[in-house]
Amino acid sequence: MARDLLIALRHRSDVLTTFFFFVIVVSLYPLGVGPERETLREIAPGVIWVAALLAAMLSLARMFGTDYADGTLEQLALTPQPLVVLVIAKVAAHWLTTGLPLVLVAPVLGLQFDLPADSLATLSWSLLIGTPVLSLLGSVGASLTLGVRGGAALTSLLVLPLYVPVLIFGAGAVAATVTGSGAHGHLTVLGAMLMIALVFAPWASAAALRISLE
Amino acid sequence: MSINWFKYASPQSFYPLAGRMVPWFMVPAAVLGLIGLYIGFFVAPTDSQQGEAYRIIFIHVPAAWMSMFIYMVVAFWAGLGLAFNTRLSSMMAHALAPTGALMTFVALWTGSLWGRPTWGTWWVWDARLTSELILLFLYIGYMSLAAAIDDPRRADKASAVLALVGVVNVPIIYFSVQWWNTLHQGASVSISRAPSMAATMLIGMLVMVFAFWAYSIAVALIRVRLLIMERERNSAWLRETEGV
Amino acid sequence: MHWGSAAEFLAMGGYALYVWGSYLVTALVICVEVAVLVRRGRTLRARAGRIAGPGSD
Repeated sequence: MARDLLIALRHRSDVLTTFFFFVIVVSLYPLGVGPERETLREIAPGVIWVAALLAAMLSLARMFGTDYADGTLEQLALTPQPLVVLVIAKVAAHWLTTGLPLVLVAPVLGLQFDLPADSLATLSWSLLIGTPVLSLLGSVGASLTLGVRGGAALTSLLVLPLYVPVLIFGAGAVAATVTGSGAHGHLTVLGAMLMIALVFAPWASAAALRISLE
Repeated sequence: MSINWFKYASPQSFYPLAGRMVPWFMVPAAVLGLIGLYIGFFVAPTDSQQGEAYRIIFIHVPAAWMSMFIYMVVAFWAGLGLAFNTRLSSMMAHALAPTGALMTFVALWTGSLWGRPTWGTWWVWDARLTSELILLFLYIGYMSLAAAIDDPRRADKASAVLALVGVVNVPIIYFSVQWWNTLHQGASVSISRAPSMAATMLIGMLVMVFAFWAYSIAVALIRVRLLIMERERNSAWLRETEGV
Repeated sequence: MHWGSAAEFLAMGGYALYVWGSYLVTALVICVEVAVLVRRGRTLRARAGRIAGPGSD
């Protein structure tokens, strides 16, 4: 994982591109929808969350792609270290470079949409819990499509249905805080999803990696 | 005397069996379909609330049920193929998927047309339709992944993993969409709630369900034979069976 | 039977567009699915026949 982070640092541009994509996409919505504060507050949770999904998906190819291309992945697979550990390391690196920046910048973006302070907190929490799930689920899609024609579009197609529940409860949590009904339930469900994803996704991705590397 | 099921696990022996089975499902499908349509149009009464528009139910519900059932069967066969390395199981999954996807499309189409006169819009984000839409994406994902990988063995295994991940997620997705729907629509009723059903309506619908089920099996058997032909095209037994 | 005439049947109480729109598209889907399969079968068999060559092995 340290190695992945090092590489990410060296290829800062990749990481920053995804980050700025997220920021720009979120900023586009008011331009498209109009500056009315009521409307913006209503759409903010959905907009920010969808942008998070897209940003996560865009960077999935990098998770295994570069290592696969230059053969390092196969070598890593041959080591005595179980593939699951490798997957977890990759997911962690992906999250640290993609998800975490989103979590940190989202409150600022939320201000653009006139979200009240408590909603901003919920937004951060929901993203904090949810973006690792996106990375975990994304690893399954990325490992299945290694070196396959159709690339990023195919991976996105595979992964989007799986992302839908995360989106529903993530955005729902923030919306619930805005309307005052409390996000506790949503965040709990998100937490449950994180637990389940932590248990199953690395295992599924490892299996998929083995299949892709055969 | 026990039947050696594994005998039919090879494409070579299943091919003729499937061929013989097709009419045994296609004919009942047609017959049941005609009976179901007859009941649906000439026996079942007009609904008090929805008028004649409710008659779409005789297609919408069977299609929706089949779309979900077939996905589980796809995951089953794909999983079997993955676990036991049997080519035929994977082929069966690939054979079923397009039919399942078409059923999902029909469910969405008829759902939309049912919603228009009942709720005034061409699309309703109710739990069932939204879940069907996501299910369609799951089918398309499965078929796309299998199509994108050239090596059939890798395609079989990768799509199997995807199908299994998908089938595990279906209840999660359905639950999430239900939650989302009740949150946003409150007390409004789902269009897929059937009108309080007269017995004849229910019978007609069930007959159509069986018709769709038999049809799906027949079509899947035809398609799996085609898949066998495609994959085994270089083998002698196939050339002898189908060759001039 | 509760249809007074064929015209009534076709009109479906004013919902003709929706009811027949549904049934016809479904019928179309079924026909297309089967037709595609039949065509694929013919192509494959023709190809297998050509490979086998005139007369059997």
